[in-house]
Amino acid sequence: MRRLLLLLLLPILSLQVAAGAEQVLRRGNGAEVQTLDPHRAEGVPASNILRDLYEGLVIEAPDGRLVPGAADRWEIDEDGRVYRFHLRETARWSNGDPVTARDFVYGLRRSVDPATGSKYAQVLAPILNAEAIVAGELPVEELGVKALDDHLLEITLKAPTPYFLGLLTHSSTYPVHRPSVEQYGERFSRPGRLVSNGAYRLAEWVVQSHVKLVRNRHYWNDAATRIDTVYYYPIEDSSAELKRYRAGEIDITEAIPLQQFRWIRSNLGDELKVAPYLGTYYYGFNLTRPPFRDAPKLRRALSLAVNREILVEKITAMGEKPLYSWVPEGIPGYEPARLDYADWPHSKRVAEARRLYAEAGYSRARPLTVELRYNTSENHRKVAIAIAAMWKQALGVKVRLVNEEWKVFLENRKQKRVTQLFRAGWIGDYNDPYTFLEILHSRHGLNDEGYANPEYDALLDRASVETDPEKRFALLRRAEAIALADHPVIPLFGYVSKHLVNPRVGGWVDNILDHHYTKDLYIREH
Amino acid sequence: MLRYSLKRLVGAIPTLLILLTLAFFMMRLAPGGPFDSEKSLPPEIQANLDRKYHLDEPLLQQYGRYLWDLLHGDLGPSFQYRDYTVNELIASGFPVSLRLGLASIAIALVVGVALGTLAALRQNRPADHGIMTLAMTGISIPNFVLAPLLILLFAVHLGWLPAGGWNDGQWRNLVLPVIALALPQVAYIARLMRGSMIEVLRGNAIRTARAKGLPERTVILRHALKPALLPVVSFLGPATAAVITGSVVIEQIFGIPGLGRHFVQGALNRDYTLVMGVVVFYGALIVLLNFVVDLLYAALDPRVRYR
Repeated sequence: MRRLLLLLLLPILSLQVAAGAEQVLRRGNGAEVQTLDPHRAEGVPASNILRDLYEGLVIEAPDGRLVPGAADRWEIDEDGRVYRFHLRETARWSNGDPVTARDFVYGLRRSVDPATGSKYAQVLAPILNAEAIVAGELPVEELGVKALDDHLLEITLKAPTPYFLGLLTHSSTYPVHRPSVEQYGERFSRPGRLVSNGAYRLAEWVVQSHVKLVRNRHYWNDAATRIDTVYYYPIEDSSAELKRYRAGEIDITEAIPLQQFRWIRSNLGDELKVAPYLGTYYYGFNLTRPPFRDAPKLRRALSLAVNREILVEKITAMGEKPLYSWVPEGIPGYEPARLDYADWPHSKRVAEARRLYAEAGYSRARPLTVELRYNTSENHRKVAIAIAAMWKQALGVKVRLVNEEWKVFLENRKQKRVTQLFRAGWIGDYNDPYTFLEILHSRHGLNDEGYANPEYDALLDRASVETDPEKRFALLRRAEAIALADHPVIPLFGYVSKHLVNPRVGGWVDNILDHHYTKDLYIREH
Repeated sequence: MLRYSLKRLVGAIPTLLILLTLAFFMMRLAPGGPFDSEKSLPPEIQANLDRKYHLDEPLLQQYGRYLWDLLHGDLGPSFQYRDYTVNELIASGFPVSLRLGLASIAIALVVGVALGTLAALRQNRPADHGIMTLAMTGISIPNFVLAPLLILLFAVHLGWLPAGGWNDGQWRNLVLPVIALALPQVAYIARLMRGSMIEVLRGNAIRTARAKGLPERTVILRHALKPALLPVVSFLGPATAAVITGSVVIEQIFGIPGLGRHFVQGALNRDYTLVMGVVVFYGALIVLLNFVVDLLYAALDPRVRYR
């Protein structure tokens, strides 16, 4: 009888074990992170981990909408310049200390402090005096940030910045735990020292092996967290990552090897997540030297002769969208300006391209000879070969492909001497057209084209002080149209994000910034 | 013997100095710096970073500073991994590479010597031809082809072993990388062993041993093996060095946190100090291994004496 009872109980007991089983998630994470110090970190891999470790004032919902994070509500004054954030009274650091407004003040000041050497201090530029502090002209105390009391934080901007809330999801705005930073200095972000305020805390970090996070029991919303442990594995090589995914060793891949995309689509189709991504793939002209200096017709001809539809269907073939604007689609409320020939049939574009090419002084007998530079990668090579072929066929342009190792490539691009035409890509830092438009501003650090149009700069400058969101978008759109007409760049296609996600992982939602917080994911019970 | 050892060790210093000087200046000649990224930095921040890591000083002064710190055993901070020093990274990566390397060389030695001896005893017969064909194949297939094949077969299709990762060096994670690393060395050792064994077997000592009526087993194991091992021993030094340093590719493919991986990533990221640290460390290691082999040689061969 007793045995029978036991037999009856057994399934129930084991069920309980299953329900209580530890939920472990294993994520591929591209390159190894440089640091887990949120103010000095850079790159996508570090951001992925930092989103789990820390919580900014504002965070993102699984679909990318902005939702309250460490602040549960906020008020913005009528001018759009002063923000008051009410911090959650229940927010705690992973050691149990309360998260206060002073932690945010400390964090934001540290982020712009020149001594910190943050590469992303520019993200905070909208805050009053931030730029002067970064430049070392003002002390950090002058930053437009203050704690009105333990749970009330006030941030003053130099001008209304409609996308400011979106910026607050960036790691350079995260708070840091002051006592540990003061105790350990620069190396506070190592395991055993790092105190964080997000849903997870750092348990292990073996460089080039893994980062292990476990849930932060003090997190204000820990009750809603389901994954107990998450591993991030640095795997640069996407085919190695695919093998480990297929062997069941990781649940989410960071990338997909292009060569195997077809195989993946037909064999792992259900697990493949492809979604629009806030990024543009483009070619830039060096406008400071011949042949492209003062040659708008030639630049327009080259852009016209690229068949973007063929490019995305036959070459990249992962669901990318042909791009006829500078800002990719998908930013709420913003309708990107388009190249005037976006709707022309390809034959008309080629005819126009030939006419302009001839007007610029080139012909089949006297063709343009140009070097196209790209950073070494099989995917970039395929795109470059295809485009070179399109130009040769339509215009007779002679293209020499030059591939360079990443740092060499960047150096040459910035120096603007040997580089004539280069491959580039830009992923938006925040969900606003400005993140794309600003990089063509004559003073911006990524303007490797050397594009300088005073009219364009003036429109951007006007937009950054415009309070009315609609008028602001209208100004930005006018600026975009000017840049498109000038052709400092050839927009090619909009990126897509690509991951393999194991079916046992639940809670995955595609979003345009490709941010996926571990706290929103879970492992399906069987 | 002691004098010889001292002489060798002192002689290694100029070698290492040349090595690190070359590495130092070649690294600086590569375009781009450790803090370059797509987004260029505001000049103030670039200046801050350069000052912090002494990159604003003249190159010769930086070189002098590097040598001075090196004399004190300090390899400097890593430019890439801001939270770690190069000493720490080497201390955590080297045991991993060492473990991988030693396991591979041990397997290569045992299997290689056994196969080579077998081939020599069956000279020009099918067993010999079979082993030598296998050895040639092993030498010719590069690591980066072999390793993914092993992963596909044993991890993806059969699911017996993990496809990558280190997992604190558990044996299951070691098997595939060790095989991939050992196989070419097995092949080399087998070929070397076969050649020298054939030669030794033709020698007078063996003829005498056989004439005395010793059983073949004793002849091989007691009299032939030791002299036949000599070329293998001299190969062991460079082979061990090659296996420990040559795990660069294997570590990359299997995602193993060893020194080789630091080396490759360090070079790509222009992490000057990390690359220099690994070069100096590996340089010293290779010099040391060659020295150990020479000592071993003397122990095995009574004809060799060092002064």
